[in-house]
Amino acid sequence: MIAALRARDERVFAELMRMYNASLLRVALIYVATRAVAEDVVQETWIGVLNGIDRFEGRSSLKTWIFRILTNIAKTRGQRERRTVPFSALERPDAVPEAAVDADRFLPPDHERWPGHWASRPEPWPEERLLAAETRAVVERAIDELPPAQRAVISLRDIEGWSSDEARNALGISETNQRVLLHRARSKVRQALEDYLTEAM
Amino acid sequence: MSASIEQLSCQELVELVTDYLEGALPERERDSFEHHIEGCKGCHEYVRQMRETIELTGTLAPADISPEAEAALLSAFRDWTSR
Repeated sequence: MIAALRARDERVFAELMRMYNASLLRVALIYVATRAVAEDVVQETWIGVLNGIDRFEGRSSLKTWIFRILTNIAKTRGQRERRTVPFSALERPDAVPEAAVDADRFLPPDHERWPGHWASRPEPWPEERLLAAETRAVVERAIDELPPAQRAVISLRDIEGWSSDEARNALGISETNQRVLLHRARSKVRQALEDYLTEAM
Repeated sequence: MSASIEQLSCQELVELVTDYLEGALPERERDSFEHHIEGCKGCHEYVRQMRETIELTGTLAPADISPEAEAALLSAFRDWTSR
């Protein structure tokens, strides 16, 4: 693929774009405020890829290298927009605690027999509704509403099917932080599904 | 059985689900996690729902490139090759 790109093979470039463009856009949105700027960043990234491909030494995978280019460009743009907050979302996701499940679903910590046990436990979901198109739309909406760093991680891992190493390399974050972001994202999507699937039961 | 198993409450367990599914729990914690879900209907169901959530998310189509973006990028590519 690298050789074909160096040989200016347009089909290979088009294939790369189809594989990574949407993911690049999602990752860019961690750093910049608007979709328009994110699209700019992605376009600049592809130009950076083309300009740099002859010097690419293959020390990382092509995918990681492309995402590194994106992250550098996006960070610079983000700094220009003075968006410093989002970095903590990637680098210190634990700084702001978030519960996977609301505390009021559990018995209070001073409960005499069962502190921290379910007060209202999750009920099985109806199998046939799980497969319905509307249920998938609920998942999509829940992902759209996530903070950008969580949205990027769950998209790369659970939609695109990347490994945890691939995702954390692309984002340049630790394994632990990748897992924290994934946990929060998945927990919120589960909650959205539970809300939707049990309200009509 | 052991104190550590009893100490893992449902509220704590739900925060460990991703570590568990990712194979990132140390052996002892994994054992108490599994022991807990064997005996707890609510947590057993919770873990199942997390798996169902992951599976369902996996059925979403990866986002595609918009035709406009693709056209713009291909034209940038042609500029680049003609240099």
